[in-house]
Amino acid sequence: MTTAGQTRALVLSRIRAGLRVAGRDRTREAAVEERLRAHPRGTIPARAHAGREALLELMTTMLAAQGAEVTRASTPEDAVRAIATDLREHALPSRLRMGADTQLAALPWDMTPEVERVFGPANGEDRASLSRALVAAAETGTLVLVSGADNPTTLAFLPETHFILIRAGDVVGSYEEALDRLRAIYGEGALPRTVNLISGPSRTADIEQTIVRGAHGPKRLHVVILG
Amino acid sequence: MTEASPQEFKKNASRALEDAKLQRALTNVKRGFIVKRSLARSKLPEFGALREEARAIKDHTLNHLDLYLEAYEWKVVESGGHVHYAPSAADARDIVLKICKEAGARLVTKGKSMVSEEIGLNAHLESAGIEVAETDLGEHIIQIRGEAPSHIIAPVIHLNKEEIAEDFVRTHRGLAPDRPLDTVPDLVAEARAVLREKFLAADVGITGANLLIAETGSSVIVTNEGNGDLTETLPRVHIVVASIEKMVPTLEDACTVLRLLARSGTGQEITTYTTFATGPARAGDPDGPRAYHVVLLDNGRSEMLGGDFQDMLRCIRCGACLNHCPVYGAIGGHAYGSLYPGPMGAVLTPALYGIDHSRDLPNASSFCGRCEEVCPMAIPLPSMMRKWRERDFERGDPPLMQLLALRLWAYAAKRPRLYHALGGTIAPLLARLAGGRGRFSALPFAGAWTDTRDLPAPQGKTFHELYREMRRSESK
Repeated sequence: MTTAGQTRALVLSRIRAGLRVAGRDRTREAAVEERLRAHPRGTIPARAHAGREALLELMTTMLAAQGAEVTRASTPEDAVRAIATDLREHALPSRLRMGADTQLAALPWDMTPEVERVFGPANGEDRASLSRALVAAAETGTLVLVSGADNPTTLAFLPETHFILIRAGDVVGSYEEALDRLRAIYGEGALPRTVNLISGPSRTADIEQTIVRGAHGPKRLHVVILG
Repeated sequence: MTEASPQEFKKNASRALEDAKLQRALTNVKRGFIVKRSLARSKLPEFGALREEARAIKDHTLNHLDLYLEAYEWKVVESGGHVHYAPSAADARDIVLKICKEAGARLVTKGKSMVSEEIGLNAHLESAGIEVAETDLGEHIIQIRGEAPSHIIAPVIHLNKEEIAEDFVRTHRGLAPDRPLDTVPDLVAEARAVLREKFLAADVGITGANLLIAETGSSVIVTNEGNGDLTETLPRVHIVVASIEKMVPTLEDACTVLRLLARSGTGQEITTYTTFATGPARAGDPDGPRAYHVVLLDNGRSEMLGGDFQDMLRCIRCGACLNHCPVYGAIGGHAYGSLYPGPMGAVLTPALYGIDHSRDLPNASSFCGRCEEVCPMAIPLPSMMRKWRERDFERGDPPLMQLLALRLWAYAAKRPRLYHALGGTIAPLLARLAGGRGRFSALPFAGAWTDTRDLPAPQGKTFHELYREMRRSESK
C-alpha cells in the first residue's frame, strides 16, 4: 500500500522527468508566481466594449436567443409586478422561494400581497424561485450567481421556474470585468463555494440533436433587469 | 453489451457501415454540430486570436505543470478541500471508493465525466455494493443500455429516439408500459422525473472537470442540463475526478478557454451552465456539500510530457475533431473500440494504452486535415497520427505485402531513370487495360481497395511527361 505522500511524489517526479526539469528551479517558480499574481487578460471580444444601453441591449438579445425571458423593469415596482404577473399567467402557485438577499428583501413586495415569500434553500417541492445575480457579462448574456445564505445555489436548479434579478448597473461587458467584481468582494485568489454562470434555462440536445428545455434544471428562466 | 476493441477496428468499421440505424443517427452530427459551430465561429471575429492565446496558455501550463499542481493543491486545501494524486486508473478507483465508503454512501450520482469512464469507476463502485446513477441524459441512456459513449460530448449520437424509448420502457420500473414516449420531449420529461429522485437521495456526487484553476483551487464544469450542478450541490460529499492536464493558471485563462470550448463543441456561445466549485460549503451556507475531494489522475499523461505527443495534452475535449472527421462521420464512435474515438482518440489511445493495442486507429484517417483546422487548441492531429504510424512501422512487423511493395517503390524512386522508364511504360499500359472507362473495378493484389470502390486509371501519360509538355508549350 502506497501512502498519499508517495503517490503525490510519484506523479510530480514523473512530470519533472518528462519535462526534464529539477524540482526547485527559481526561474520556473518565478514565472508561475508572476502569472498567478498578475493574472493577465487575454483578448476580450469587441462586442463587450460598448456603452451602457448597448450592453443592456446585447444582454437582452443574448438571453432571449438562449431561451430566457427578459423583462426590463425601470422601477422596483415594475420588477415585483413582472414576477407576480409571470406566476399568475403561468398558473403557478403564488409562492416564491428565495434567500436572505437584502436587495431582494427591499423590493416593494407589499404591492403584491398575494405573493407568498418563503426563505431558505430550495427543496424538491418548490415551483418557483428568485435569485439575485451579483453581476452579469453581456458578451454572452451570462448571469453570475454566488452561493451563500443570500442566494442559495439550489434556487437556481430545483424549481421549474427561476427568476433572476440583476440591476442594470451590474451588467458589464466581459467575463473579465465580472471577475474583477468577484475579486473586489472575495479577494485575490479566493472564491465562494460555488460561482454559477447561467446563460439560459436548462436544456438538452442529447437525443437526435433536438433541443428540449428543462432537462434537469429550470424549464423557464425569467430575467428581470432593474433600472 | 458489445465490447468492441481497437484491435478489431476494420471489422467494426465494416459492420458500422452496414448498420442502417446507425447511419441514420449519424446524419445528426452533420445537421447539428458542424453547422452550429461554423455559425458560432463566424459571430466571433476574435476566435483566431483566442485560439492562439489558448494554445499558449496550455503550452505554458504543461511546461510548468508540476508547479501549477502544487499551487492548485495549496488553494484547494486552503478552501477546506482535499487533493488525492492517482498515478494509475486503479489508484483513482480505489481512492474514490474509499471516500464513498467513509461517507457511508449507498447512492452516488454522477455528472458526465470521460475520466470516470477511463478509470472504469462505475463498475468498481457497483461491485462494492454502491448504486451509481449517471445523471446526464445521454449518460443515463448509455448506463441503462450497458454501453460505452460513442462521442465525447454527445454519448448517444449513435441512437435514434425509437431505440431510446424501448430502453426506457424496459428499464424505468413502475410506469405504465403503454405510456406515450413518441417524442423527444416525452423522453426528456420521463428521465427528469426518474433522475430527480436520485438527485434528492444521493449521498455522494461525482463530477469531472473541464478545467482546474490554480489561482483559486477551483474545478469548472460546463453543462446544459443542470445535472452537474445538482450532482455537486445536493449530496453531502462532492468528488471531482480530473486528469492533470485540465489545469489552467488563472481565472482569466479559464475565460479564454471557455470562449472557445462551447463554440467549438456544440456551437453555443456558452453552455447554459458554467460552474466554478471551490472547496466545500462555507460556514453559514444553507446548501452545498460538507466535503470536497479532488482526485487528480495521471494514467499515462506525465509520460506524454516532453515527447512527440505533448501537444495532445492541450485537448479540452470539445469534440470538434470527431464532428468534422469524415471517418468518424461514416462509422460513428463505437467502431474505434476505444473510449476516445475520432482523431483525438487516434492520438490519445495509443499514448495511454500502447500502439501495439491500437495500431489501426492512427491509420483510420485520410489526413484531410479538418480535425486540426477546427481544433480550438491547434493540436497537430494529422502529424501526430503520422508519428504513430511511423512508430508502429518501426516496431517491426508491418504486413509482408506492404513491406515488399514499399521496398520496391523505394528502390525505383531512388533511381530516376528507372522510375521514368517504368512510369512511361506502365501508365499507358494501364490506361489501355482500363479501356474507355478510365477506372478499374477489380485489380489483382488491390482487392482491399477495389472491393469497395473503383480505382481511377492513369490517363495515358505520366505527370512528368505532362509537365514537360506544358513547359514546352509555354516557352513557345
